[in-house]
Parts: sequence; structure tokens; C-alpha cells
Amino acid sequence: MSLRSPLGQVLGTGSAKDGTAHWWAQRLSAVALIPLTLWFLFSLLLLPELDYVTVRTWLAVPMSGFLAMLLVVVLTYHAYLGTNVVVEDYVHAHAAKLFLLLSLRFVYVLCGGAGIFAIMRIAFGS
Amino acid sequence: MISDRTPPARNRPLSPHLGIYRWQIGNSLSILHRLTGVALAFGLLALSYWLISIAGGEQSYRAAERAFASPAGMVVLVGWTFAFLYHLLNGMRHLFWDIGLGFERRQRHASGWLAVLGALVLTACVWALLWHGGRL
Repeated sequence: MSLRSPLGQVLGTGSAKDGTAHWWAQRLSAVALIPLTLWFLFSLLLLPELDYVTVRTWLAVPMSGFLAMLLVVVLTYHAYLGTNVVVEDYVHAHAAKLFLLLSLRFVYVLCGGAGIFAIMRIAFGS
Repeated sequence: MISDRTPPARNRPLSPHLGIYRWQIGNSLSILHRLTGVALAFGLLALSYWLISIAGGEQSYRAAERAFASPAGMVVLVGWTFAFLYHLLNGMRHLFWDIGLGFERRQRHASGWLAVLGALVLTACVWALLWHGGRL
């Protein structure tokens, strides 16, 4: 005989609802960000100038654009996971918490999407 | 969901219990990890703005350059450099813990100081390089 409620049995989840998935996603994105962020930092430091022509020429190289896109995607995802935990930990009022969690998603999708679109424009020259 | 609507019988303390810790290197660095993480999340806005300004052409890049090179912009950029380097080093500390390494008291303290001091030194190096190269 199970002591779990019928609804709990049907949903098949524990009290935390999603167990270890969040923890793993945060760690994997963290590992991916070590080479990506260091590539970005070193690339900027190794450019002879940081003026428009130099920076645009560098980003227009296919490999730079590709890595920059990966950087924006993984960075946005990692920040989303991290700030979610911060909001869940420190915002206790239910409505405020829900509002913040949902609006953060919109901000991340907008910000990340705009960054990726900008890189595509540079790569494809429009 | 239901528990959110029914008021609790007693106001029990909610985790994380920030008020009961004695300040020491362990919890200070943990809090700094979160603070730098939140600061870096705001940095995403700047990163996207910078990328958009490049895509927009020389005029818009100049405007972004002026914003970043202003006194306030420089302070924020130096702050983000430190936040990134600290979050990177301390994050690697966390990853080592996750695979079960570096839990001894001496190792924890040594790696903690390494993360803080390393981030400070590397921030100085990055900005010295930028300054030296005359790229500011």
C-alpha cells in the first residue's frame, strides 16, 4: 500500500517536482562557459584595437560568430537558471515571486534573441 | 500551490537562514558568488547592447563606445571584470567540490582566498593590458 495521494502517484514527482535536472543543467552550462567566456575575453584582449572596423571584422569571421552565438545562448541559459534560484530563495511573497520569475523569462528571451540576431546580421552582412 | 494560499499556522523561518550565520570566509564567498552572478546577469544586457551596436554600423558603435568609456561606464566595466573572474574561479571551486575534491578545511580556505585574490590580480592584469595597449 502506498501512502502517496492518488494525484501524487499520477504525477510521479516528489515535493520538489523536478529533482536534479536544474542542478545538472546549471553545472553543465557552467562547464561549457569556462572555455566560451575565456575565448571571448582573450579574443578581445588580443585584438590590436577595439574600434568599429577591427571588432566587426573579427566578429564577421565564421568561427567568431559561431562561438559568440554559443556564448550568448549558454550565458543566457546559465543566468536564467541562476537568477531563478536567487528569486526563489529571497522573494517570499507569492505574487511577487511569480511575477519576477515570469518576467525574467521574457527579459532573457528578448536579450538573448537580440544578441543572436545581431551576430547573425554581422555574419551575413545586413 | 495550496500551501501558498492557506496562511501557515506558525511563522516558521524560511531557508536560507541568513541571520544566524557567523560571518566567515565560507559564507561570505558563497554570498559574493551569488552577488557577482546577479551582477553578471545584468551584464548580459550590456553584451547584447554591444553586439547590436556593432550590427547597427559605425555610428551606433561609436555611441556604445562613448557610453562604455564614460567614467560611470568604466567603473561598471571594471566591476563586471572582477565579477566575471571571481564567479569563474569560485565556480570552478564549486565544480571541484561537486566531484568530491577540496573539502578539507585548509583546502577550502586556501581555494577561497585564491579565488578572491586571483580575481583581483587578474582584473588588474586585464585592465593593465587594455591600458597599456592604448585601446581605451
